[in-house]
Amino acid sequence: MSCIEARGLRKAFGSTVALDGIDLQVAEGRILGIVGPNGAGKSTALHAILGLISYQGKLRVLGRDPWTERERLMRDVSFIADVAVLPRWLRVAQALDYVAGVHPRFDRAKAEGFLARTTIGRASRVRELSKGMVTQLHLALVMAIDAKLLVLDEPTLGLDILYRKQFYDSLLNDYFDRRRTIVVTTHQIEEIQDVLTDFVFVDRGRIVLESSMEDFESRYREVTVRPEQAAAARALGPIHERNVLGRTILLFDRAEREQLAAFGDVRTPSLADLFVAVMSRGAAGAKGTAA
Amino acid sequence: MNSPSIAVSAPSSDPNGDPPAPPAPPPQASAATRPLYWSVRRELWENRSVYIAPLAVAAFALLASVIGALCMPARMRVMPGLDPAARHAALVRPYGMAQAAIVFAAALVGIFYSLDALHGERRDRSVLFWKSLPVSDLTAVLAKASIPLVVLPLLAVAIGAATQLGMMLLALLGSGAGAPALWAELPVFQMPLLLLYGIVTLALWHAPLYGWLLLVSAWARRTPVLWAVLPPLAVCVVEKLALNTTYFAALLGRRLLGSHRLAFDVGPLSDSRYVIVDRLAQATPARFLAAPGLWLGLAVAAACLAAAARLRRLREPI
Repeated sequence: MSCIEARGLRKAFGSTVALDGIDLQVAEGRILGIVGPNGAGKSTALHAILGLISYQGKLRVLGRDPWTERERLMRDVSFIADVAVLPRWLRVAQALDYVAGVHPRFDRAKAEGFLARTTIGRASRVRELSKGMVTQLHLALVMAIDAKLLVLDEPTLGLDILYRKQFYDSLLNDYFDRRRTIVVTTHQIEEIQDVLTDFVFVDRGRIVLESSMEDFESRYREVTVRPEQAAAARALGPIHERNVLGRTILLFDRAEREQLAAFGDVRTPSLADLFVAVMSRGAAGAKGTAA
Repeated sequence: MNSPSIAVSAPSSDPNGDPPAPPAPPPQASAATRPLYWSVRRELWENRSVYIAPLAVAAFALLASVIGALCMPARMRVMPGLDPAARHAALVRPYGMAQAAIVFAAALVGIFYSLDALHGERRDRSVLFWKSLPVSDLTAVLAKASIPLVVLPLLAVAIGAATQLGMMLLALLGSGAGAPALWAELPVFQMPLLLLYGIVTLALWHAPLYGWLLLVSAWARRTPVLWAVLPPLAVCVVEKLALNTTYFAALLGRRLLGSHRLAFDVGPLSDSRYVIVDRLAQATPARFLAAPGLWLGLAVAAACLAAAARLRRLREPI
């Protein structure tokens, strides 16, 4: 069964179109990264999936309409928002009590176990915790919920590299079991590249590229060419070109590895490089390379 | 694929070491009330003034009685000279004043609580956290409405009754030989019942006011206090200027202060401020329940809460 299924998902705020016809299908057990520039509609898409905003078009999350069935849906969906949204007056023990009280799938002992690995005190208020600790607390609460879908909207924004690393390590080691589905947006693409099973690039409310990581790795090639060979390499039709320290790096879509090897080292590009390539070609041009 | 849709396929092979499927959650017998119960508790965690303010007023009332008890013997000697009605009024009045102060404190807390209840959570974006849990908007709004309509009134009754008891004990201790006379004068057992009845009727009568405050709190992007106060004021002014009448102002006045006159027999209007309510016989529950204003008010309150729940669903963090 599809965990998320969207057809022609649209959302406009006044005259601003935030989502311009998104079609998306996410199967169970996938970790999908939604990548896009600021204002591309990532958060709007997540908010529609979570039942926080109304929308046009068809959207089913775990077989339910999020806008009309948010309360029921939230038993199976967990959510960490882009900024720390835990209320500042809340004590850690109260957070545990409250979630245990209202959530039928919350395992308090599990949350206590996660918290025991941190330096967070039970009597502390959220306002007394550092930003990293607030994220640890929220993650401990969410990981103790036996949810089918976890939605993360810039969960590591403003955290230092140690907390960011730890965040995704815990998520993969202690939470993800290949039956749950995770949807994540972030600007730190490099850090989650190894975590994802699938990704979509979003720009101006539209999906401009979507792929599984396996397809991505077999399809895109990057080669560093010497200046004298640049013209010959360009003849093969790279989708992007950039210059680093006097050398030209070309990004190819579906090019033969042997053909490229003649020019230099052939690598799989980073997701970030592909993102820059696709975004700089503009939404219209990239659309042709997708699907 | 001819449509620009994505099909993120399921993993092709089932990995080894897959944990067993999670068991279905046990059926929740009290599934409907648990979220409400915890939502009310969460409101009390956040708003400790709900119980601190009435308790502080009660503490001051008791402090005043300690001082009064020290001076009581002298007053008791003077009182036999007064006529019985005046003496009774002088004895009972401090209890009424302490009650009034506690109720007033609870009402003030209720007003400011209601104005912030659905605004504050959007302002600090914590509404995104609350909405990430399986609690409906209606449950959240009902939990918030229960603070001024149920929790504060019951707290005011409990704290008020305890304060009365404390004041009585202090007065008896201070009066020495005059204690039996004092005991005979005080309606010891009727006072807490009158307090309960008075506060419950007041809460029912004020329900539409709190409903309105919660609605504004859910609607306003900023300064809910201005949005709550200025539109009714504007209606009063426009009515006065356009029609030279004051029906709306009178309506508001009755809504704010009218419950006492409906719920108790306090005699003619001219000297109502001096009439003391200290006997259960003065309660007029039938008249109160028969008042159309009560039921209209409750209908308005219900409409306001329904609208507030809908707005909580629609509105985004500020």
